Amino acid sequence: MRYIPVTEKDRAEMLSKIGVKDVGELFEQIPESLRLKKPLNLPAPLSEMELMAEMEKLAKECEIATNKTSFLGGGINRHYIPAVIPALISRGEFLTAYTPYQPEASQGTLQALYEFQTYIAMLSGMDVVNASLYDGATATAEAVLMARRINTKGKVVYVSSVLHPHYREVLKTYLLDINVPVVELPFDQKTGKTIYDVEQMKEAICVVVGYPNYFGVIEDLKEARDVSTQVGALLISVTTEALSLALLKSPGEFGVDIFVGEGQSFGLPPSFGGPLLGLIATKDANVRQLPGRLIGRGHDKNGKDAYLIVIATREQHIKREKATSNICTNEALCATTAAMYLTLYGKEGLPHLAKLNAGNAYFLRKQLADISDVELSFSGANFNEFVVRTKVSGRDLLRRLAEHNIFGGIALSDDYSENQNDILVSVTEMNSVTECLEFVRVLKETL
Amino acid sequence: MIHGTEKLIFEQGSVGRVGVDLPSAISEQELNEALPKELRRGELVGFSEISEPEMVRHYTRLSQRNVGIDDTFYPLGSCTMKYNPRMNESVAGMKGFAQLHPAMPVWETQGVFKMLWDLEQMLKEICGMDAFTLNPVAGSHGELTGLKIIRAAIRARGEKRDKVLIPTSAHGTNPASSVLAGFTPVNIEVNPDGSVCLEALKKVLDENVAAMMITNPSTLGLFEQNIKEIADMLHEKGAYLYCDGANLNALVGITRPGDMGFDVIQTNTHKTFSTPHGGGGPGSGPVGVKSELIPFLPYPRVQKIGHMNGGPDIYVPICSEHTIGRVHSYYGNFLVLLRAYVYLRTMGALGLRDVAEASVLNANYLRVSLGELGYRVPFNRLCMHECLLTDENMPKGVTTMDIAKRLIDKGFHPMTVYFPMTVHDAMLIEPTETETKETLDSFIEAMRRIEIESHLFPQTLRDAPHITPIQRVDDVDANRPKNLNMRWKQKQQQ
Repeated sequence: MRYIPVTEKDRAEMLSKIGVKDVGELFEQIPESLRLKKPLNLPAPLSEMELMAEMEKLAKECEIATNKTSFLGGGINRHYIPAVIPALISRGEFLTAYTPYQPEASQGTLQALYEFQTYIAMLSGMDVVNASLYDGATATAEAVLMARRINTKGKVVYVSSVLHPHYREVLKTYLLDINVPVVELPFDQKTGKTIYDVEQMKEAICVVVGYPNYFGVIEDLKEARDVSTQVGALLISVTTEALSLALLKSPGEFGVDIFVGEGQSFGLPPSFGGPLLGLIATKDANVRQLPGRLIGRGHDKNGKDAYLIVIATREQHIKREKATSNICTNEALCATTAAMYLTLYGKEGLPHLAKLNAGNAYFLRKQLADISDVELSFSGANFNEFVVRTKVSGRDLLRRLAEHNIFGGIALSDDYSENQNDILVSVTEMNSVTECLEFVRVLKETL
Repeated sequence: MIHGTEKLIFEQGSVGRVGVDLPSAISEQELNEALPKELRRGELVGFSEISEPEMVRHYTRLSQRNVGIDDTFYPLGSCTMKYNPRMNESVAGMKGFAQLHPAMPVWETQGVFKMLWDLEQMLKEICGMDAFTLNPVAGSHGELTGLKIIRAAIRARGEKRDKVLIPTSAHGTNPASSVLAGFTPVNIEVNPDGSVCLEALKKVLDENVAAMMITNPSTLGLFEQNIKEIADMLHEKGAYLYCDGANLNALVGITRPGDMGFDVIQTNTHKTFSTPHGGGGPGSGPVGVKSELIPFLPYPRVQKIGHMNGGPDIYVPICSEHTIGRVHSYYGNFLVLLRAYVYLRTMGALGLRDVAEASVLNANYLRVSLGELGYRVPFNRLCMHECLLTDENMPKGVTTMDIAKRLIDKGFHPMTVYFPMTVHDAMLIEPTETETKETLDSFIEAMRRIEIESHLFPQTLRDAPHITPIQRVDDVDANRPKNLNMRWKQKQQQ
């Protein structure tokens, strides 16, 4: 077997050194009754050549879908990945390294993560960023748990109903067993923005709002900040399309207490939904309540700049049941990818890319709004995602579009019962004018 | 590794340089219509301005300040740093997998559902469990998921049990996950060899115990021989037995946690099933359960529902009856699971048995060889996939940390140090099955020289490492509140 180099001769020498007669004896510490009597029932092993052929066949079948015109978004964003990114990130020194507990042998990972933290701080306008969480959904849950540690007076979590439905579901899963009630804030069917009723928001721990929200609408964070302050809550903003931060005012500018995001847009393919990149950031004052790993800059004993894990005393391997979170393995390689991607796009490129997205989305939005049986569902401003409404149900419409090899978006009906005819459309730099016009043509035809 | 420091990316480049060429964007006027000006930010202060070749050099140089398994032997105990096959990377990079969007209609993605279903079947067989969720994306995420499943099952029985028993030798994630799942972790003292003390267990085991978490083999690298008795004791009291599957590499193809009486297990694909650690992630932590816990598995699961008119089998995402809910945005770390799938299809049943056999053979070879050099082996009997040493026989003033750091100079990544906490100044060494005898011998030789140096040149050890880009880091100083520096700031901002 090509991954296991032990030979007959090696085995004999090693067994003799150990002082046992055969490999079976090594396992005698396992009670006999527990040892398998026959081999596992697994598919027969394949050589690389055979298995590669099988996997290529499977990938080709799946590729048919990836070659269709797509306006799918909803937290998993389609962006171009420059060729240098996979070339660099697949270097074995990054790919096959462990968690950087030995800083002298891990300066590469550590420095890249420090750069990542800096980039996300600049984009979010926050003071301190951790070295990643699993995804935007679990990061939201961690942010709420963190808010609960900071705001010990509050009892209830107020979440915008226009926060990504999956994020709300994960949050509920995380909160269920620790008896923290979650109340959903309604939204305005005209604007697509969250409605706050200060009178009703009693004993608030925090307010959680999307920015942009699940409808692609840019929420008014100033209002969210004012409301949160009034009800004594921390404000958590959640960005599922991190690229939007290159154009939008940063959450930090509004005084958000905890910023959460999904960083998949920065160099990670859609990957059928994983791996993703959970972002979390906060103000300096809250740093000791942050979950997960933090990378700092210090120096070695000779005074040379050095990078290392800092404030590890919040983490599970030291604090055990008193840790701020149970997280250990995070998404370090995805964070390293994001650092590379943000470096490459840089100061000019990233806003430019964001403008391409906003421009393409605006183009399609205008074209669709001009069709007589189509309307934009919400009046709030958008970045690269928006909701359109037609005379037919969203699911029917998507099915009809799919017959023309177009993935037109995501139906809202599963999560928003009043919005049966609405679909969420995402337009990125990957969607050409031709694709947008084709979408419009097919839509007209099918309605 | 190469010497010298590498400037931060923010301290490189020059105003006006770009790393990408893009099509022209919309005009300022159109932009104002698309996205009103009052919603927009100013420029990205501090962002890099750098060309593509500079960017490539920077990250290449950073990679040269890092050590991975591709570079050298990486015997981190409890981490299973085995070779990460390049074939798996190749498959994960295929467009048909990487570019799939999870919101595509299910009939478009049948191929990946079939893969996920097949992977679940293989994991069930390997672990002796009745079902798996593939959604958790890390070991501790799997722990949390498994504990939440237990919590839901107990709630469904109309009971309120809030204690989870955890041996003091367990990974820190065990108590941390228990708290997050709403339980109160109760430490159970272990025997000196790390095994569960049955007397101690008897004392605390009552109707308030929801579960016990056991790592088997233990974090001392020894098989928990009373596991069946422990399982029976817990089950008799209506509690569940949870397996921290971190050390599954010692067991694959030899014995199965499900057969030992475990009700729940989390596996770590980034340990046992060869997916890369990536400097800390992404991983994947599939969780297996016995049949009575299937109704509580998280959403979504993949189900095979047969075929239509003799066509291919159809797979759909389903929701378990009393699901604990979602634990991740979508299906979990799909591309990591895909790598694990390719690995299992490469290994087959006998290949997996070879994994356990070679990993245990290698660990015992190191245990005996290193013991002969004068390192203290606290439990000098057959171990499983990892062996434990301590610095007790070292001259005064030479510590476990010094040995670890000196290993870097000798070209090896250090072992796990100061864990498990129940053993004073532990060094936990896990060679895995993918190392050659020559590598093990050169590691032993390095440890022999270090042992000699510890007597003759102890300062050389205390000053180690010497050949790395930086020398020992001043951890205390970096953690002083006034020195904490977790992002770069422009001079004028400082």
